[in-house]
Formats: sequence, structure tokens, C-alpha cells
Amino acid sequence: MSGPLPSRLRRVARTLSDSWRHMLISIPYVWMLLFFLVPFFIVLKISLADMLDTQPPFSALVNWIDDSHISFVLTFDNFKFIASEDIYLRAYLNSLKIAAISTVLCLLLGYPMAYAIARAPANRRNILLLVVILPLWTSFLLRVYAWIGLLDTNGMINRFLVWSHIVSAPIQMLYTPFAVYLGIVYSYLPFMILPLYASLERLDATLDEAAADLGARPWSVFRDVTLPLSMPGIVAGSLLTFIPAVGEYVIPDLLGDARNLMIGRVLFNEFFQNRDWPTASAVAIALLVALVIPIMFFQAAQAREEKS
Amino acid sequence: MARISPMPRIGFSNAVLAAGMVFLYVPIFSLIAYSFNASRLVTIWGGFSVKWYGSLFKNDIIMAAAMRSLEVGVIAATASVILGTMAGYALARLGRFRGRVLFSGMMTAPLVMPDVITGISLLLMFITMGTLIGWPMERGVITIAIAHTTFCMCYVAVIIQSRLIAMDISLEEAAMDLGSRPLGVLIDVTLPIIAPAMLSGWLLSFTLSLDDLVISSFVAGPGATTLPLLIYSKVKLGVTPDINALATLMILVVTLAVTAAGLLMARRERRRIEDEQLAFAEAG
Repeated sequence: MSGPLPSRLRRVARTLSDSWRHMLISIPYVWMLLFFLVPFFIVLKISLADMLDTQPPFSALVNWIDDSHISFVLTFDNFKFIASEDIYLRAYLNSLKIAAISTVLCLLLGYPMAYAIARAPANRRNILLLVVILPLWTSFLLRVYAWIGLLDTNGMINRFLVWSHIVSAPIQMLYTPFAVYLGIVYSYLPFMILPLYASLERLDATLDEAAADLGARPWSVFRDVTLPLSMPGIVAGSLLTFIPAVGEYVIPDLLGDARNLMIGRVLFNEFFQNRDWPTASAVAIALLVALVIPIMFFQAAQAREEKS
Repeated sequence: MARISPMPRIGFSNAVLAAGMVFLYVPIFSLIAYSFNASRLVTIWGGFSVKWYGSLFKNDIIMAAAMRSLEVGVIAATASVILGTMAGYALARLGRFRGRVLFSGMMTAPLVMPDVITGISLLLMFITMGTLIGWPMERGVITIAIAHTTFCMCYVAVIIQSRLIAMDISLEEAAMDLGSRPLGVLIDVTLPIIAPAMLSGWLLSFTLSLDDLVISSFVAGPGATTLPLLIYSKVKLGVTPDINALATLMILVVTLAVTAAGLLMARRERRRIEDEQLAFAEAG
């Protein structure tokens, strides 16, 4: 019990906040280590195991020979297998292609929408934004399901097209690549618009006016001022669309055809229909490898966002 | 001076905005409209009827799955708000700490991680834990709730973190200077300010949980069918009107909840601004 009161109080405050500090950090930290990071290593481990007709259906990676010796059994057969089978490579490349094209389509549709919202009168902006976000609150599964009814050969779109004599007979839209692109663009559009809006709204409209005052034409104002300054939003929105779209399962399964496989569907079928867990794990690792760099870009973009 | 920027692309972008809104809402409205269709054939209009709603409530399997989903949703959303608020606070207020880079990485990656990867890795984790420590022995509500919490808490952390960054730190400093202990500042000053963000985090987690199909497919046990799992197995067999009725009810509930929360937050915000003005008036 020595020293002036204020410094003692400060010490008490500091020790108290220290134990709170540790608790606030360590509880979510341990949770994420346990349920996010460690599971990846287990997937990696099982991707290096053999498939067995046991429960669970894979061989043990580590075997105790006696009390002091263990043996590690690693096999790269699963990776060799998915690299040699045409179906995996095709699905892999197809997923990257579909996700990339969908992202570009989302951007082309989402950018003007975000721009229009950001330039709307201030009192209308929040309502417009709410209208764009509201579909995100309603079930993704049900919204994709709704497209089955719309795209069907007997569906609303085809009946309208036939009724208005645009086409003479219903066209096959469901179970085509077109339906998959449509479903992805539809589902991810709000994720594209939100970050675009955030960066466009921050842009001062007077910048545009200043450029216009200085004689720039509307198109060059857009190209030289608006577009470069909204780049963070473009990057964030594109990554929010592209990364999950590569591994998308529901949309290709409900709207796509079986020939046009995507890797998420291959993984799902490998796991549930073939019960080949090691191969499914190897597919998951391969998918993750393709996404590591985009995910790191996304994290860097998020960190930048925090700073600004 | 009049604005000299009658930019033609404002017209273009407004047109795209209108078209985009139609695109976003046509499927939702078609679901609602066909839930009132008397015909069993979903593509032919057979007159107005609410019979699908009646058959929905008489369907025990659907009701059981709905109850299970609500249960999972409440557990996952509550756990997500607790863990996500801690994480968001740590990232926004606790400065540098050991392992911060890994921590913030683990909090952002699940936002974009494809569901199939999250699902397979969590299932294999649960199986490994089961063989190592004997828990969880079987998969069901708890394993689904843990899986949902793991990705939902990241959304909560992002919401809380951005709210705290936007919030003026001098409020907390002032309370500290006025003699509050750090814990007191956290409870009396910080928590009330982030309460609306916690509410929206809870709602978001709840709807994400209620909607999840892929991760649940992996981590649900054979007996634990949630609503999306049931809907999916029905949808694979074709479009049926009772699913439309179910969809309409879910849309209605979510819209009401989001609107109510929005109004509540708007009122709080208004009151806060009024209080501030009052305080300024008294101080001046």
C-alpha cells in the first residue's frame, strides 16, 4: 500500500483492463482457431489419406507401431487422381470461368445502380439502398428456387415470350449455362452494389462538378475522376462476388445442367454420393489453393477500408 | 449559379437502377403471387386460394423442421453476437496484440469462403473431435449451431468494428477522465452505443442461419433436418405450391423484423441527437 492514490487507481484500472483485454481477445480467437483454422489442416490431412470402407471412410494418417514408434502414411494419390481425371480439371476451370464472367456481368449491372443511388437526393438514398439490400434478407435458397418457376419451359418468361410472338415456341432456359449465369448475377448483385455504393457515396459530387467546370466532358469526368476513385469499391465488390461464386453449389445444382459441372457440385457429390471423403478433401484443398490469393486481396482491401 | 453538370449518364444509370430493381424483385413477387394459386400446377393460374397455407400448418414434418431451424437460429445468432462483439471490440479498440494479423485474417476469410469448404472442414473437425475427446458423439442442433456461429460471428465482428471505428473515442476517454473504470466505460458508454449494431448483427446472423443449406448438409446428423434441408429435398423433386406459401411466410416475417428493427434504430438515433442538442443547449 504505497504511492499516491491516483497512480494506484491507474494500476488497478490497468490490471483490470488487462484481464478483460485477454478475455475479449482470447475467447473469439480460440473459437476461430478451433472451428476455422484447425479444420483446414484436418481436411489437408484427410486429402492425404486412403479411402477405406470403414466409418469414417479413410485410413489413419498416423499409426502407433508400439509405445514409442509411430508411422506416418501419406499418399498423394488423391491429388494425382483429380489431376489425371478430366472431369475435375474441367469442372475446376469451368468454375473459374463462370465465376469470372458472372463477376464482370454483376459489375456492369451493379455499377450504374450504385452510381444512381449514390447520386440520388440524400433523403431518397437510404430507401433505395434498403430496397437493394432487402432481397439479401430473404432466403437465398428460395430466391434461386423462384427462378425455376420463371425459367421453366412452361414458366412465366416463356409464356410471355410466346404470347407476345417474340418466339414461336418456348425456349429451353432452365438447366442451361445461361440459367447459372443468371442465378449467380441475381444472387450476388447486392453484394456487388453495397461496396460500390460505399465508395461512390464517399466521393464528393463537387469533384465531378469541378472537373466539368474545367471543361471535361461527362465521359472523361467518369473515366478520369469517378472510376479511379471508386476502384476500392470495384475490387471489394468483385471479390465478394467472385470468391464464393467459384465454390457455388446451390445455383448450378438447381438451375444448371449436369454436363456443365462446377467444382462445388463435384465436391458435394464426391462426398455425399460416392462417399469418397479423401477425394472430396483433395478437391476442397485444390479449390482453396485457387482462392488463397483472391482471399488475401480481399483481406487487404478490408484492412484498407478500416484505416480510411 | 446553376449546376453545369446535366450528365446524360445520370439518366442511363437511373434506367439501369429501375431495371435492376425489377430484376431483383420479380422472382420474389412471383413466389408470393403463386402461393395464392388454387391450381396445383405452379405455372397455371387457377384462381385465388389460401389452401396451401392451411396444408402447410397441418404438415408436421415442415413444422418440426421450422422449429428446429428457429432453435438453431436463436442459439447461433446469440452466440455470434457475444463472440462477434468481443472480436469486433478487440479489433477496433485493443490496438496491437500478438497474433492480430492472424486474428483479423480469420475474421474476414469466412465472409467469402465457399460454403462447401467450410462445410466439409467443419464436419471432418467434428468427427475428429468425436474420436479424440468423445464429443460430439452425434451431430444435430448443436453442431449446426456451432458451424453457423463460426461464420455468423465474423459478420457481427465486421458490423461492430465499423460502428466502433465510426464512433468518437473521446466519449470513452471523457468517461475515463471522469473517473469511470475501464470496465465501467465498456458497460455504461460503449455497449449502449453499439447496441443497435449488435441488434442488426443478431438479425443478420439469424437470417443467415435460417437460410444456410450447404454447411448444414455437412454437419447435420441424419435426424436433424432443418427447414432449408427439407425445402431443398422437396425442390429437387419440382416446384410445389406449399413451398411458395412457406416462402411467402418467411419473406413476410423477415420483412417485418427488418422494418421494425430499422424503425427502432431510427427512433433511438433521433432521440440521441435530441439529447445531444439538449446537452449542448444546457452547456451553452
